[in-house]
Amino acid sequence: MVDLILFFIPAALIIIGALIVVFAKNPVHNAMGLVMTLVSIAIIYITLNATFVAMVQMLVYAGAVMTLFLFVIMMIGVDKKEQSSESIKGQTFLVSGVFLILISILGYVAISSEFKWDLWFEAVEFAVEGTPQLIAGTLFTAWIFPFEIISILLIVATAAAIALAYDSKRKKNDV
Amino acid sequence: MSIELIISLVKANIVLAVLLTNTILLIWFERKVVAGMQSRVGPDRAGPFGILQTLADAIKLLLKEQILPSKADRAMYLLAPLIALVPSFLIFMIIPLGPDITVEWQNVLYTIPLVGADLNVGVLYFLALSSIAVYSVVLAGWSSGSKYPLLGGVRASAQMISYEAAMGLALVPVILYSGSLSLVDIVNSQAGNLSSSIPILNTIVSFIPKWNIFPQFVAFGIFFIAAVAEVNRAPFDLVEAEQELVGGFHTEYSGFRFAMFFLAEYINMFNMCAITATFFLGGWLGPTFEGILPPIFSVIMPIIWLGVKTFLLLFVFVWIRATLPRLRYDQLMELGWKRMIPLSLVWLILSAIVLGLREFGLPWS
Repeated sequence: MVDLILFFIPAALIIIGALIVVFAKNPVHNAMGLVMTLVSIAIIYITLNATFVAMVQMLVYAGAVMTLFLFVIMMIGVDKKEQSSESIKGQTFLVSGVFLILISILGYVAISSEFKWDLWFEAVEFAVEGTPQLIAGTLFTAWIFPFEIISILLIVATAAAIALAYDSKRKKNDV
Repeated sequence: MSIELIISLVKANIVLAVLLTNTILLIWFERKVVAGMQSRVGPDRAGPFGILQTLADAIKLLLKEQILPSKADRAMYLLAPLIALVPSFLIFMIIPLGPDITVEWQNVLYTIPLVGADLNVGVLYFLALSSIAVYSVVLAGWSSGSKYPLLGGVRASAQMISYEAAMGLALVPVILYSGSLSLVDIVNSQAGNLSSSIPILNTIVSFIPKWNIFPQFVAFGIFFIAAVAEVNRAPFDLVEAEQELVGGFHTEYSGFRFAMFFLAEYINMFNMCAITATFFLGGWLGPTFEGILPPIFSVIMPIIWLGVKTFLLLFVFVWIRATLPRLRYDQLMELGWKRMIPLSLVWLILSAIVLGLREFGLPWS
């Protein structure tokens, strides 16, 4: 019973948030809908005993990324009602096609599993006690090489972004 | 209903009561200290030493009209004070107030931890919730539909992201030293006194408690500055700079909603000081004088020690507010990104090297 409640409340919030992201006219409302979705996903992670992932989700996505989104929305002043006309040709057609595919996949999964689902993972002692240790142990031993490559990639991307911004600014100053 | 559930409910209510009473005291404390530093009298009419002044103010705010500006974005305008208040209460739940206490009731022993929740990711939880708190300021500023609050909101989002990075980085060496992300374990790891392998040094340092502030003084400095910036206190209160922005992000708020922002600010300030005390000053650790004082004091003394440490830090907060002028916006950003973040990174690497040497010995030996 508890697992059902703990699943359905965040699940409903995720869907409501996602609908706000799609249908709200105001960019700030869209952003807040996304925050709601991300925080609710974090709650789902907690019920799956992935506390570390849940906290990182809250910290990075719901916290930092979305605050930057809001900051940009306010800075460049797009917080006005957007126009509801299509900007890409055949937008509605494509979106409804993707939606139909999604619905059919969901239906197939639900029917093939005979409407049974596991919402709650059994509390394993090491999972509750040691999620940070578990993740760190795997990440910094077996996966250290991919991990370092990803971090180098991110640094390169950041440096490149700064270099691009800096260069154009200097040219302006020369003129 | 299970006994654990009852204990949890009681804890939540105690936290609510403690934080609300404490805020009343804290506002009075701040006004009195600032008044003393500026050779004024401060509040002295309501109650003894004016201690009931805040209560009177709170009642006044509750009874005032709540104005909804015509250009305001209704949903976000009403949501913002709630987002301000909820994380501030939630953060307090992970601060350990003392060691576990054992209570015998109907011949069954119950162990009650004096902490709302001992999370194994406590540090991340604290950082995550303080990043959620940014939304209240940003949304309040944007949704008011007015110039000054918007400027305050934009300033807030940039400032709080910058200082959150420094704050998180300053905590990493502490986590390395304590070897845990749980606040309870971090406090326990600070028990005892410092020791050194050099005999002469050992006689000197063995009187100093093993608090993280002594090996991690740089991290303490960075964390404390970032904490002041994070709760938007002077000299980092650009978000609500009176001379430039009227009242900042809460200019358009009135009555009870304004009171909620005010309450959240002071609870956040208290939380920050309690967390600083937990991370760096040994939390509830301190002499309990067992055998000298009656046994009930062994339960109360840890809470008193944490309170003493927290109020010492709060005094520093107020002291800073009364003496330092406000930073300019570019100075604030420069301090955050060009001074504090590089310094905390260097300090992190240094601590990691020292810890590695201590743990594994020299690489060539």
